[in-house]
Amino acid sequence: MSPPNSKPKNTSGSTSSSTSRSAQGWIWLAVLIIAIAMPWAFYNTHTGRQSGFVVSMLSQMGMMTILALSYNMLLGQAGLFSLCHATFFGVGGYATIHFLNLAGDGSLPLPLGLFPLLAGLSGFGLAIVFGIMATRQRATAFAMITLGIGELMTTAALMFHHFFGGEGGVNSNRMIGHSLFGFKYGASIQVYYLILAWTVISALAMLFLTRTPLGRMANASRDNYERVQFMGYDPRMVRFLQFALSGFFAGIGGGLYAITYEIVTFDALAAPLSANALLMAYIGGTSAFGGPILGAVLITLLQSGVSLMSNSWLIYVGVLFIAMVIFAPNGVMGLIAAHDPIVRAGRFSQLLLPYGRVSVPGLIMVLGFIGVVELASFLTIGAAQGKTLVLFGHQIDDHALAPWLFAGLCLGGGGFWFSREARSFRRVWQGLMAELQTKRGLA
Amino acid sequence: MQVGLISLLDGLVYGMLLFMLASGLTLILSMMGVLNFAHASIYMLGAYFAYQIDQWVGFWPALVIAPVLCGAIGAAIEVWGLRRVHHNGHIAELLFTFGLVFIIGRGVQMTWGMLPMPYRVPASLDFPLFTLYGENFPAYRGFMLLVSAGMLLATWLLLKKTRIGLIIQASLTHPGMVSALGHDVPLVFTTVFAGGSFLAGLAGVIAGNYLTTESAMADAMGPIVFVVVVFGGLGSLMGCFIASILMGMIQTFAVVINASLLDVLKPLGVTLSGDNLFTEFMTVPVARIGALLPFVLMILILLFRPRGLMGTRDT
Repeated sequence: MSPPNSKPKNTSGSTSSSTSRSAQGWIWLAVLIIAIAMPWAFYNTHTGRQSGFVVSMLSQMGMMTILALSYNMLLGQAGLFSLCHATFFGVGGYATIHFLNLAGDGSLPLPLGLFPLLAGLSGFGLAIVFGIMATRQRATAFAMITLGIGELMTTAALMFHHFFGGEGGVNSNRMIGHSLFGFKYGASIQVYYLILAWTVISALAMLFLTRTPLGRMANASRDNYERVQFMGYDPRMVRFLQFALSGFFAGIGGGLYAITYEIVTFDALAAPLSANALLMAYIGGTSAFGGPILGAVLITLLQSGVSLMSNSWLIYVGVLFIAMVIFAPNGVMGLIAAHDPIVRAGRFSQLLLPYGRVSVPGLIMVLGFIGVVELASFLTIGAAQGKTLVLFGHQIDDHALAPWLFAGLCLGGGGFWFSREARSFRRVWQGLMAELQTKRGLA
Repeated sequence: MQVGLISLLDGLVYGMLLFMLASGLTLILSMMGVLNFAHASIYMLGAYFAYQIDQWVGFWPALVIAPVLCGAIGAAIEVWGLRRVHHNGHIAELLFTFGLVFIIGRGVQMTWGMLPMPYRVPASLDFPLFTLYGENFPAYRGFMLLVSAGMLLATWLLLKKTRIGLIIQASLTHPGMVSALGHDVPLVFTTVFAGGSFLAGLAGVIAGNYLTTESAMADAMGPIVFVVVVFGGLGSLMGCFIASILMGMIQTFAVVINASLLDVLKPLGVTLSGDNLFTEFMTVPVARIGALLPFVLMILILLFRPRGLMGTRDT
């Protein structure tokens, strides 16, 4: 998080040259192949099945990728900070459950593989209705209206039992006997490949949308909406279309959610999921198209890994998020992209030593922070759950002074050391950047 | 009638509480254009601080110390947080306060645990003030009304009668001009942010034992306060006041109304049969959908009057 944050805003990847774009294409192809092969890397020969944990985590990643990408249609591409994105995800899920029930009765003869499309249309319909209200405004007012819409739908989901099923939610059975390619979708691995297929389709569709005039005008209305008006476009209409389409894709994600879990409760449209969409898109990086994909994978990994170990994983995500907002507004993807010119000039080796020098105090600081957070949370939440803090086989007494002192010292001392190293790192970085710039100017 | 009077007083108490939160938020929002998502979190911090200080030294010191602490935290957030992200634009500021919600929420859980705190009404205020139609009106609610009314008066005097208030009012509408006249606008911003946080903290202190002091109290209050701010309109404390009282009344009166939409339409000869979403929508009693009403009202006002009740400008 040390590179300077005064980079000019990237207009959604259009500044990268054609060579690096084809390189990016190869990277994403590799990601796709890994996604296809991953479940088989965790194949258990004894049970003759893939690891259930891995498959469900990968499925979650797929759905979250769609959610984060569709969220980025608003935040990254149109500059709209929405807080009700999970509404369309959830409604897509609820609708799919009802469609599945209809199909189970035999009154909806449609293969399961196409159900996400129905879910997407449900999300699209609702996004049109809410979009008319919300997209009259932009920036802060838009955020407030979407917050209201999200709360409205969450409260409604708990009150109206016929469609939302109240607190218990609605459930169904995905094995409806119709499918496109003869799968029964009994095993979760088959559902995973359905999710993967829809994720790829949705991602490609959203990538295509960024290249259309609508996508370009969304970028323009984000950067300078008054000028868009001068050119004869209606920024409100652009916002509306972008909002409705992002609702469509979020609905697809919700449909896949319903097919995977066969139950949808109000969690699927409540505020925490909307916040999650925001976190994934932002931490991954909103200015590059692939950023939200990276964010969805990272956050899902954190969620399934760290949340098992720690009560307070959300505080880590929160701190990471705030650090990103302050130091790296273009997300992880932006940080990687910032190295691009240095790597291309073959000067990356000069950064290795500074990186090493920064990472030591950085690591100490992070460890100290984790120590303080965990000690505090074991003192209260852990004690209430009857857990004790065990580290490397040693039980650690969270009432004693020594661990607190040690963690605090790591945090304070590491932080101080880190801030000094970060300053020298920034000098090296800026020097390198200036050097490259003058070289480019001469050439 | 008896239900009406008690509900009226309860609605007033709740409305004044909302106003204490919303007034700070609306000032921050109109001046700096920052929707401070963490405002309700600071309200929660106020309640937790008050509980802790109440344990150590008692309620009356807590009434002063906890809001001051909250004000200091607000100032720190403005100086070290918001100013740093300011050059990245409004969205970055929104995101920053949004991240704070996570950190404060989890931090509170880490420090005090997940269970509700036994933060009680002080014994000196724990008696019925008067009895109306056989129902007691607790003295503490009267005290809440007193504190919030006093705060309202003090804020009004500060804004209307003092030089600082004059500058704050001017910065609301013409920050560039105020700056050009040689006033330190960033300092004004910090002051307003600290003042808003102080009010939110005070609301937390007096509401923490009236409602419940728990880690979900910020999430419960936050959306309603935003509704109040949108409904009242930007740049208008009067609109904010009316909206707060209105929302307070709606929330308390909705609980006691057992009628549904169908009951209203019955004299017109409308009858419904069957069991589907539409009949459920028509027959659900108002008491059950009370929590929905503020959001419905907000959407309605945005449709017909986008700048809010008494807003002076669009956002």
